[in-house]
Amino acid sequence: MRYAMAIDTKKCVGCSDCVVACQTENDVPIGYCRDWVVEVMDGTYPQLEMEIRSERCNHCENSPCVRCCPTGASHYGEGGIVLVTENKCIGCSACITSCPYDARFVHPKGYVDKCTFCLHRVKKGLQPACVAVCPTKCMYFGDLDDPRSEVSEILKKRKHKTLIPEAGTKPQLYFLI
Amino acid sequence: MREEIIVSGRNNPLIDPQLHIWHWEIPTYLFLGGLAAGLLFFAALYYLRGKESEYSTAVKIAPMLAPIALVLGLIALFLDLHHKLYFWRLYTTIKLESPMSWGAWTLMLVTPLSMLWCALHIKELFPKWDWKFDIIKDVLAFFEKQKIVLAWIMLISSAILGIYTGILFSAFNARPLWNTSILGPLFLASGLSAGSAITIWLSKNHDERKRFAQLDLMIIGVELFLIVHMFMGFLASSQVQIEAANLFLGGPYTAPFWIFVVILGMIVPAILEILELRKFKIPVVIPVVLVLFGSLMLRFIIAYAGQASRWLY
Ligand code: SF4
Ligand code: SF4
Repeated sequence: MRYAMAIDTKKCVGCSDCVVACQTENDVPIGYCRDWVVEVMDGTYPQLEMEIRSERCNHCENSPCVRCCPTGASHYGEGGIVLVTENKCIGCSACITSCPYDARFVHPKGYVDKCTFCLHRVKKGLQPACVAVCPTKCMYFGDLDDPRSEVSEILKKRKHKTLIPEAGTKPQLYFLI
Repeated sequence: MREEIIVSGRNNPLIDPQLHIWHWEIPTYLFLGGLAAGLLFFAALYYLRGKESEYSTAVKIAPMLAPIALVLGLIALFLDLHHKLYFWRLYTTIKLESPMSWGAWTLMLVTPLSMLWCALHIKELFPKWDWKFDIIKDVLAFFEKQKIVLAWIMLISSAILGIYTGILFSAFNARPLWNTSILGPLFLASGLSAGSAITIWLSKNHDERKRFAQLDLMIIGVELFLIVHMFMGFLASSQVQIEAANLFLGGPYTAPFWIFVVILGMIVPAILEILELRKFKIPVVIPVVLVLFGSLMLRFIIAYAGQASRWLY
């Protein structure tokens, strides 16, 4: 099993509903976030192009955050989802420093926190909160090892990219372009 | 305008707009660790070469500062942790892929070793010292007989400690400025330089001072060579590393790096040491303080600038 998410940059309108849903679902403290929206404006006037991306932890297959964690608090969970065990984390921040996507933060309680692909929901057969609320239905979540899952199907059909592939982290967050 | 990025709904403190998660604690810890590594390395080296009486400051007196530096360093590291009560978790796992893990275990070995080394030589500093309990005397007598083994372990583990102070940074591929294997040897050299500076300072023996001044000159030469190579490597690498190097070549960290680390911390003390060796009267404290200052600044500037460097996407 290999959980992955595909996000359609053509459909995303940047409404930040996913951000709010995540904050509510996961009790993210005020002033922090596990996912966020990026709008990239590229080109020279008048030839401008805009890409909108909802970003979060990439649940990298070769994740530097798991590698450098000295206590084993950062680890691969079910389906390759990268997780942090709260009471094993000493808050040394090595994982924050090692993440090229800046996807982690120190929770005010001291441990490090980040996106979990809503594993608690996924286990119950639900979609991650961000996927579930998206008004344009631009996110697809599922098991990449299952060729018939929604995410595998869409990745077969559409052109896609990952972020900073040259960092060698093998991200599991795909952006449809 | 080629590219403009607007990020909304993202506001994690200390990460946006620029990663700034490590403050003074980590560079201080790395400086003290490097200093202790330098002191212990020379103590072990000159003991093994049979120069115990010739270079008695290096072998017996200067290493007294090592456990103090290590303990202060560990306190700094502890202050940096956000989840302090779980500190002990570091010692319930061995993770060889994590530099922080093997740093923690190296310190677990080096710190008691440095204390033992001090205990064996404390009479040198305080001739009236008395351990009072026979059991302590027996234990120390046992280690006194094993001193050669002890010195070998200390030589190797202090070198590992010195390299670790640099590898801790260089293992982070996410920060292009740190992601160079030169930081390991560079920080080791900087620790050795700090260790020899302390020895020059404490020593009253003219020959010993001369020897360590020569040593320090050599090490400073090596450091300068490594710095030049670091930039050559960056500039011949990918765009992110070129931009990382540019932080020091015209960017915001240019003045502090070249003035504090290279000129004041390496070139000026080297010139003063050469003058001193040529029999000019130079107060020894000046080059010593400059070397220590440069070594500390090297860690601070690399730590801060590294967090300002990033992948572009
Ligand atoms: S995105 Fe960052 S935090 Fe998430 S798995 Fe990759 S390296 Fe780790
Ligand atoms: S902050 Fe926690 S999860 Fe991150 S590397 Fe340190 S111990 Fe591991």
